[in-house]
Amino acid sequence: MVNEKIKAEVRNLNFYYGPVKALKDINLNIAEKKVTALIGPSGCGKTTYLRCFNRMHDLYPNNRYEGEIILHPDALNITGPDIDPIEVRMRISMVFQRPNPFPKSIYENVAYGPRVRGIRRRSELDERVEKSLRGAALWEEAKDRLHDLAFNLSGGQQQRLCIARALATDPEILLFDEPTSALDPIATAKIEELILELKKEVTILIVTHNMQQAARISDYTAFMYIGELIEFDKTEKVFTVPSHKLTEDYITGRFG
Amino acid sequence: MPEQSIDDIRRMIARHKLLDHIFAIVGILSLMVGILTLLALFTELAIEGAPRIGWKLFTSFPSRHPEEAGILSAWVGTTLIMLVTAASAVPLGVASAVYLEEYARKNWLTAIIEINVTNLAGVPSIVYGLLALGLFVYKLDFGQSILSAGLTLALLILPIVIVSAREAIRAVPGSIREAAYALGATKWQTVRDHVLPYSLGGILTGTIMGLSRAIGETAPVITIGALTFIAFLPQSPFSADFPYVSFRWLMDSFTVMPIQMFNWTSRPEAAFQHNAAAAGVVLLVMTLIMNGIAIYIRYRFRKRIKW
Repeated sequence: MVNEKIKAEVRNLNFYYGPVKALKDINLNIAEKKVTALIGPSGCGKTTYLRCFNRMHDLYPNNRYEGEIILHPDALNITGPDIDPIEVRMRISMVFQRPNPFPKSIYENVAYGPRVRGIRRRSELDERVEKSLRGAALWEEAKDRLHDLAFNLSGGQQQRLCIARALATDPEILLFDEPTSALDPIATAKIEELILELKKEVTILIVTHNMQQAARISDYTAFMYIGELIEFDKTEKVFTVPSHKLTEDYITGRFG
Repeated sequence: MPEQSIDDIRRMIARHKLLDHIFAIVGILSLMVGILTLLALFTELAIEGAPRIGWKLFTSFPSRHPEEAGILSAWVGTTLIMLVTAASAVPLGVASAVYLEEYARKNWLTAIIEINVTNLAGVPSIVYGLLALGLFVYKLDFGQSILSAGLTLALLILPIVIVSAREAIRAVPGSIREAAYALGATKWQTVRDHVLPYSLGGILTGTIMGLSRAIGETAPVITIGALTFIAFLPQSPFSADFPYVSFRWLMDSFTVMPIQMFNWTSRPEAAFQHNAAAAGVVLLVMTLIMNGIAIYIRYRFRKRIKW
């Protein structure tokens, strides 16, 4: 990680679902305006880890963090007990595994984040909606039907709408939780293309089940196994000369 | 070769299919018991009440002369009481449901509360009447008024409203809540902007179902002292002077449709039986209309929101 500007530093992060320790002592740096992929077999904790970044675990009882995630440039400790999760979510957006648009119009879906931030002026909302839809490569398809229900879009379009919704709040980090696992290959290709475009503006952290996807779009790859970070390095290195036997077995399809 | 000949297999299939047909017939017959009973009831009421059903029935007060007697005070009373009931049961019920579903921690205390809410739905309505007599009529000194009756029926349907509102709220997928929270919404913003709007159909349906139960309730209303013979209307909710609305009608005495019917059926003259039947038809139609509205609302919302 030499010569990279660091966006977030994860230091000795442990996470507990009640008595169950789901993440064990994770240390990892997230490079600014790069794509970092999290790979590993089901149940390895990659989604759990991702959801620490926007404090989603706070929505459910008995979850507990230990350790720190330091967000730069202001060195905010994301998992600090005195930090309001809402403040964190205002800075870090998320795109979920299945497209989950609100049953509202396309426009209202994108405008919701700005509205939550107290933006009421129509002209400003219009501007943000257009910018975000353009950013998510959905503007051309959606501009004539902004007030149509979001449910009338196809699955891939819905997922891009969710990306636009996440972009509308100018996030510093964009979290993707297996964003293409519910999509067909063509829609998947579009999302991947989009992610490569987006990293010019924003730091991206993506969980994926698909190793080819990680190889195609990420700059850095972290391999996790049963709650532990096994290997973390530049993507080409992880996929060509992994330093760990487990990593090699996983990426060559010997398990997982 | 299979053990059974093809003829054996065919006979077996025919036997199994026969059972299929028999069950279909049993099912239809069972269904008919319910539907035909309702139909017979309605037809009989309609035939018996037919000579009295007309404009005059709605515009006349009760009277000693059966052919002049009407249900004016009864339907006005019923309507006003339903207004009070809806206006108090809906906010209380929805707020309780939102609290239980979205805010309350899941522990033994909320479990006990949940069980009790469900149990409340099974409490006999006369018990609510007794409670209301002590609480609203005497303790709070609302008297034998429309307000007391409306609040009593509100208590009665509160469990129905809470349970149906909770079900509607629970039907909103967790992924929608997570989407809102992930954008930085607070709990209240999530509830106000998403959970409530998307569950409104179910909440309204449940509320109307509750109201259509309340509209036919007799026992608790008698307990708190509904009059059986009223030849005047409550004070008008509109007044000529500022602020143009008046709530004095809340404290007026009242009667309701089922009580008016009961009063007429207990009279010896046969002519009053026709009046009772006519009032019964009106009450049934009121209930059917309310259920129809509930079904329509549910249909509209289902069409717009599918998860």
